Amino acid sequence: MGVVLVFMVIVAAFAGWWLSRQGLAAKPWLEVGVIGEAVEPSSPATAKLGLGTFLVVASSLFALLVSAYSMRMGMADWRALPMPTVLWFSTGLLVLASIALHMAVIAARCDEPGHLRSSLLAAGVCSLAFLSTQALAWRELAAAGYFTAANPASAFFYLVTAIHGAHLLGGLVALGRTGARAFAAPREISPKAMGGLTLSVELCATYWHFLLLVWLVLFSLLMRWTDDLIEICRGLLSA
Amino acid sequence: MVDVTHGAAGPLSAAEVEDVELYHPKSWITKYVFSQDAKIIAIQYSTVALSIGLVALVLSWLMRLQLGFPGTFSFIDPERYYQFITMHGMIMVIYLLTALFLGGFGNYLIPLMLGARDMVFPYVNMLSFWIYLLAVLVLVAGFFLPGGPTGAGWTLYPPQSILANTPGQQRGIVVMLVSLILFIIGFTMGGLNYVVTVLQGRTRGMTLMRMPLTVWGIFTATVMALLAFPALFVGAVMMLLDRLIGTSFFMPAIVAMGEQLAYKGGSPILFQHLFWFFGHPEVYIVALPAFGIVSDLISTHARKNIFGYRMMVWALVAIGALSFVVWAHHMYVSGMHPAFGFFFATTTLIIAIPTAIKVYNWVLTLWRGDIHFTVPMLFALGFIVTFVNGGLTGLFLGNVVVDVPLSDTMFVVAHFHMVMGVAPILVVFGAIYHWYPKVTGRMLDDTLGKLHFWVTFLGAYLIFFPMHYIGLMGVPRRYHEIGGMAFVPSSVVTLNEFITIVALVVGAAQLAFLFNLVWSVRHGRPAGGNPWRATTLEWQTPQTPPAHGNWGKTLPVVYRWAYDYSVPGAAEDFLPQNQPPLPRAA
Amino acid sequence: MGIAVVLALIVIGSVVFHFLSPWWWTPIASNWRYIDDTIIVTFWITGAVFAAVVLFMAYCAFRFRHRDGNRAAYEPENKRLEWWLAIGTGIGVAAMLAPGLVVWHRFVTVPKDAGTVEVIGQQWQWAYRLPGADGKLGASDVAHISAENPLGVDPKDPHGQDDVVIQGDNLHLQLGKPVKMLLRAVDTVHDFYVPEFRAKMDMIPGSVTYYWFTPTLAGTFDVLCAELCGTGHTFMRGNVVVEPEGAYQAWLQQQKTFAQLQAPARAEAKN
Repeated sequence: MGVVLVFMVIVAAFAGWWLSRQGLAAKPWLEVGVIGEAVEPSSPATAKLGLGTFLVVASSLFALLVSAYSMRMGMADWRALPMPTVLWFSTGLLVLASIALHMAVIAARCDEPGHLRSSLLAAGVCSLAFLSTQALAWRELAAAGYFTAANPASAFFYLVTAIHGAHLLGGLVALGRTGARAFAAPREISPKAMGGLTLSVELCATYWHFLLLVWLVLFSLLMRWTDDLIEICRGLLSA
Repeated sequence: MVDVTHGAAGPLSAAEVEDVELYHPKSWITKYVFSQDAKIIAIQYSTVALSIGLVALVLSWLMRLQLGFPGTFSFIDPERYYQFITMHGMIMVIYLLTALFLGGFGNYLIPLMLGARDMVFPYVNMLSFWIYLLAVLVLVAGFFLPGGPTGAGWTLYPPQSILANTPGQQRGIVVMLVSLILFIIGFTMGGLNYVVTVLQGRTRGMTLMRMPLTVWGIFTATVMALLAFPALFVGAVMMLLDRLIGTSFFMPAIVAMGEQLAYKGGSPILFQHLFWFFGHPEVYIVALPAFGIVSDLISTHARKNIFGYRMMVWALVAIGALSFVVWAHHMYVSGMHPAFGFFFATTTLIIAIPTAIKVYNWVLTLWRGDIHFTVPMLFALGFIVTFVNGGLTGLFLGNVVVDVPLSDTMFVVAHFHMVMGVAPILVVFGAIYHWYPKVTGRMLDDTLGKLHFWVTFLGAYLIFFPMHYIGLMGVPRRYHEIGGMAFVPSSVVTLNEFITIVALVVGAAQLAFLFNLVWSVRHGRPAGGNPWRATTLEWQTPQTPPAHGNWGKTLPVVYRWAYDYSVPGAAEDFLPQNQPPLPRAA
Repeated sequence: MGIAVVLALIVIGSVVFHFLSPWWWTPIASNWRYIDDTIIVTFWITGAVFAAVVLFMAYCAFRFRHRDGNRAAYEPENKRLEWWLAIGTGIGVAAMLAPGLVVWHRFVTVPKDAGTVEVIGQQWQWAYRLPGADGKLGASDVAHISAENPLGVDPKDPHGQDDVVIQGDNLHLQLGKPVKMLLRAVDTVHDFYVPEFRAKMDMIPGSVTYYWFTPTLAGTFDVLCAELCGTGHTFMRGNVVVEPEGAYQAWLQQQKTFAQLQAPARAEAKN
């Protein structure tokens, strides 16, 4: 459970930093009058904060998965899996999707609907291709006889990739809706509609960068690059 | 009093406060059924939670009947008994208390207390309720499936939960896990709303340190729940896979009833870690909203500011943070590495300090107060007694070596019922008596309320206080009868009968409460907008019950903290948060 | 007004109940008197806090009840009082934690001269294995479990041949000799629990857990399962007999070893 504890410490440190700026040492009974400014509840900041909060929840989920995985790896009978090379390809696709969305954000901010549409399309295609390659990796492992029940390592592989994929599928729904709005809009988008669209694109991009980051962590774990790190941590904990 | 005034001190004109775009219901269905109004969603959440809670109440009667009069009720066999305790525990902890405090009180009070028109994501908020309802229905479906609901205990420890010889092993456990997964998804949707609304939805002048402690409690608990529920989610998904497609996340090689099972290499302890990583914060997820609400009840009905507001806020945050590093105190006798015992005993006992500070500040609020013994106040006082009692027995169980003889005995059952059963539920009742006038515009009947309080409070104390001593003697929990133990004197049988009879009486008192709830909607005394003469914003709405959008044309502006009771020099003994500063004497 | 009286009565009633009720722990039969002592310390500290807090509430409820014309004091906080209370609580907590941790250290440190007993839990009975003349238990694995070898002792391990196997009978322990209980389960989580010994530990399939104690009182004691293990959980009982060395050795001589139990089975297989 070390990984999730580290995650919790990071969250706590961030929360502590944020709270320290909120005047928690103030003596509110001494202050009468109006302090501070009201926030506009439907502002873009609210939507971004909402997504940010969700990403913290999702990070907690993945941190727990990684924790469970590394705890299981520590047991004597762990047999590692041969990782399908196609995973390299899928990693590349997810990187491309992330880059495409980043370009979409730039295009939306510069008010270039044409570029925006093509970038969104590219991101969608790359993401779907990523999911297909993951499915390919599943089939490859199953064909090699490593189906879920055979060995805890393969069960973890299927579980981890499936939960990551489910998050991406959810993201694709949001991306699809954003894309539909971008394509349905007239050639010259009004500034107000463009503002809303930019926000949606930014949210999608943040989500995709997050999923890419999570995948890189999971990928390095599955490829056993982090074994030494886990070993060191375990040594520290049991010392 | 010193005025340290920031910004403009005078009242703001209406034009300075911006209106927001608000969702407006167009038909009866979107207004009352698929409503996006947090107040309606709160009532929906509360109704479903209390209804399923009634099921849990009946289950507790059945198991008490078995314990008090073993053998008399032949339909309660061991299988049924285990199903009853499992479903009773699960419903009370998750589907009643968590849903009611966060989904019910959270939805109703956060926007109103902060001066917002609604939650920030109303559509997601609506989905949250409907997914919760679906989770409850899936849970209830377990009762009607062949084999019945799972009887694995509310902790669902593998391997037992998915082995034969556990009731509901075929379908009950699957239904249970699916229901939990749904609940977590639904809760996450609601939880995002509560957090972001507290961060972004506050009206002008409502700084964090001016928020009522109720909001602080619900806010902290929600943050914790958002971080902790994923652990249960992961555990539930993994167990579901173990059960359905034969993976071995939690299942080691096993010979059950002489038969080698196909599982290999799983770790039952891994589930316990995941479960308690959720399960311990869960205790505080239920407790922190209760802490917050009880602070406001005591302050309002003692006509005195809450003592040590800053310390109360810091203690809430400290408890929230610490509760993530104490989970393994539920696993002292699980055979984990003994070194963990030192760490978790220390963290567990440290958490007693901020908790104790909260208790001191509640009772110090009573000191030199002007205490009105209204029904909400009685429930708040009852909460302090049961919470202190249950909290102190927690110091037995948290201290690793003391836990060794006491774990898995009736002492544990008595402890957690006192501290996270009775105590939070007394707060739930107090809160309902307190806010019912705002929700319906009418008061609950006072005489019935006092009857309800006395029977519930004294009865619960009589049930659970002696139970500790049966546990101290060594009687294990989760035994459907205790015959045939040489060390148990026959007087324990008499005590068990006594506890059962009291439990039935206490249960009957809850029916009086339900009657009061329903009857007073139409026949209660009209309450007016602010019957308790309270300072917080929800009592200052232009209409009671608050209309859609809460505040009419303009949002309220907050000029002071939530606890200006009995301020020297003020004419009334309370100053609402939106009351502009008193004109200065020249 | 009434509530003030009731609150005071709750404190008085609870204290009276504590001292007069017939329900108390069983007479201790092991060396873990330290645990009982820690519980007593905890009872005194927590009892004092409970009485103090609730009696203070009762006094406030009486003294500051609402009467016409009363007005509450305005007192946002009192830093010094709050800090003193926090420090006092800290001292009280330390007074419970420190002895607790010292005793835990003893609890997890098995003495060198401790004998070994393996307890095997399965639905819903107890079985035991004692090391034979060589003083070592043979290896075991659930994979070896069969009708003839219900404990899964490795038949190829020479250390296992002389192990004493006790099935469907009571466990006997020698009075005054420290014993390390090795705990194993073959199907689900169980917990070997004898209230008089004060010690207990879960038995987890797939791993071996342990605890140790010294029996200090001769007699026969109930063995209970303390972790829910299915519908028969309530009936997973047994007895453990603590007796002086002579009687214990006499009992031990009558028990069969693993090899002896296997012999008839093997003979049958040959025929």
